[in-house]
Amino acid sequence: MSRGRRAVVLSVSLAVLLVGGVTASAVVGQLAISPAEVVGSVLRAAGIRTAWAPDDSVIESTLWLIRFPRIAMGLAVGAALAVAGAVMQAIFGNPLAEPGVVGVSSGSALGASVAIVLGLTALGSGTIAVFAFAGGLLATLLVYAVSRANGRTEVVTLLLTGIAVNAFAGAGLAFLLFVADSGSREQIVFWQLGSLNGSRWQEVVIVAVVAAVGAVVAVILGRRYDLLALGERNARHLGVNVEALRIGSIVLVALLTGAAVAFVGIIAFVGLVVPHAVRMAIGPAHRPLVIASAFGGAALIVLADLLARSVVVGADLPIGLLTSLIGGPFFFFLLFRQRKRSGGWA
Amino acid sequence: MNIDARDVRVELGGVAVLDDITLTVRAGELLVLVGPNGAGKSTLLGVLSGEIEPRYGEVLYGQRPVGGIRHAELARLRSVLTQENTVTFPFLVSEVVAMGRSPWARTEAGRRDISAVAAAMEVTDIAYLATRRYTQLSGGEKARVSLARVLAQETPVIFLDEPTASLDLRHQEDVMRVGRRMADEGRAVVVVLHDLSLASAYADRLALISDGRLEALGAPVDVLTEERVERVYGLSVELHVVAGRPVVVPRR
Repeated sequence: MSRGRRAVVLSVSLAVLLVGGVTASAVVGQLAISPAEVVGSVLRAAGIRTAWAPDDSVIESTLWLIRFPRIAMGLAVGAALAVAGAVMQAIFGNPLAEPGVVGVSSGSALGASVAIVLGLTALGSGTIAVFAFAGGLLATLLVYAVSRANGRTEVVTLLLTGIAVNAFAGAGLAFLLFVADSGSREQIVFWQLGSLNGSRWQEVVIVAVVAAVGAVVAVILGRRYDLLALGERNARHLGVNVEALRIGSIVLVALLTGAAVAFVGIIAFVGLVVPHAVRMAIGPAHRPLVIASAFGGAALIVLADLLARSVVVGADLPIGLLTSLIGGPFFFFLLFRQRKRSGGWA
Repeated sequence: MNIDARDVRVELGGVAVLDDITLTVRAGELLVLVGPNGAGKSTLLGVLSGEIEPRYGEVLYGQRPVGGIRHAELARLRSVLTQENTVTFPFLVSEVVAMGRSPWARTEAGRRDISAVAAAMEVTDIAYLATRRYTQLSGGEKARVSLARVLAQETPVIFLDEPTASLDLRHQEDVMRVGRRMADEGRAVVVVLHDLSLASAYADRLALISDGRLEALGAPVDVLTEERVERVYGLSVELHVVAGRPVVVPRR
């Protein structure tokens, strides 16, 4: 199958997954709501009156205060993480780079936890987000500075750096857990596991804006990321200002990851699995890759969240647990394949 | 466009790796840089292409110092084939070659993208590889695809750093013929080579670099003398002149 035809197939399947996942998420839950009622409620909000619109105010509030913000948050977080992964792989020149694996997510979580434990609210409700961003940025810069040599990052170096950063952030989190009061402690545990439970519209707006802007910027930079695949020197010879691109992209990754982690905690492997699957389907060109990854990430998180809250009746599993459950073996498979292909761990 | 290097000195850790280099690369000529390993050929190529900033001296593109030209514009003036040509993701060969056109995006010449890519693939004999993945090619194929990418850039100045390494006899000749053709079209072509006979066969001028200095510059016949080659390379050689071009054979 040609890449063009695959692109069509991928777009259609992503659209089906997204619409199906969103609808199922709105319908499934402790309170049974029919798809017709969901559609009717949405249409009513858009100013169109239909016979489907639910009369029950409990259904209305369940949809608009609980399910819809949760779904929207899932879409935004999924898109943000998948785009962050694609960008990170481009600037590291390594398909195994991912915010969760190399420690950007735990850096963000550490930053957020510091804000919680110290009770910092200087910048209003966005304080935690700002701290998450700062933590993520620091971690990204650290990994970037340490793990690169000659414009590329070897797998071993990248993973070892990730281990070190994750260990350090883990120690920081453990220390904060130790000194925190029980309220903060609960919040930190929530950050480490990741959950979309209790998402609010104000938070959704922040993540959605960051995800949308980030994705647009990544698409604009897409051509340059393609050139970066030729190696840093060749990209420079082709007129790319590599240093500026690098720094800008690191900030972009930290922003996307920080925004996502600030409100839903660590959800690992999305940035690894999604761009990889997309690349296998339509090839590595970054413009289509970033766009498809954004939609793919959104679909993945919505479906994973649906699973997380329906697989055990009456319980809300942490979504980070689910993504890692799938992502861990997938990562192992990728490592194995890359080792076989290149005849070593380089 | 001519390139002028004046009194160039490059230092690495305080030690001069290039010193006292003054030379002009003329439009329409094929200039080959030869010399022993570590003599500074690649460094000189880097200085001329604007990648390495000299400690002293200057490099002028026309009248302009190369350091003052912006990345994007410089990429429309000169192209560079480096020795290392790995591609991180499995791009198709046609995509890799098309990357050479990126400096011309949103310019008048951008209209020539398709024909320039096709021409570059034709000249380098890689049209049949178009839909293959770059990462799956053999070393020689990769080298030719990378050369095609550089040619697709269609710049008035072309730098090739050991373009014949990992190529078989026929493709070595093909590459040099391509370089010759580019020069005949009026471009300035600078090539680093190890094979003195191959260099002599195609070059207008040779620049012999030894220990970071310009040992000799001129027509192959004048630059390559038995005495000089033996002194610079530390190897006893026999020199024949075939059709006005020197052929160097080590005494074994």
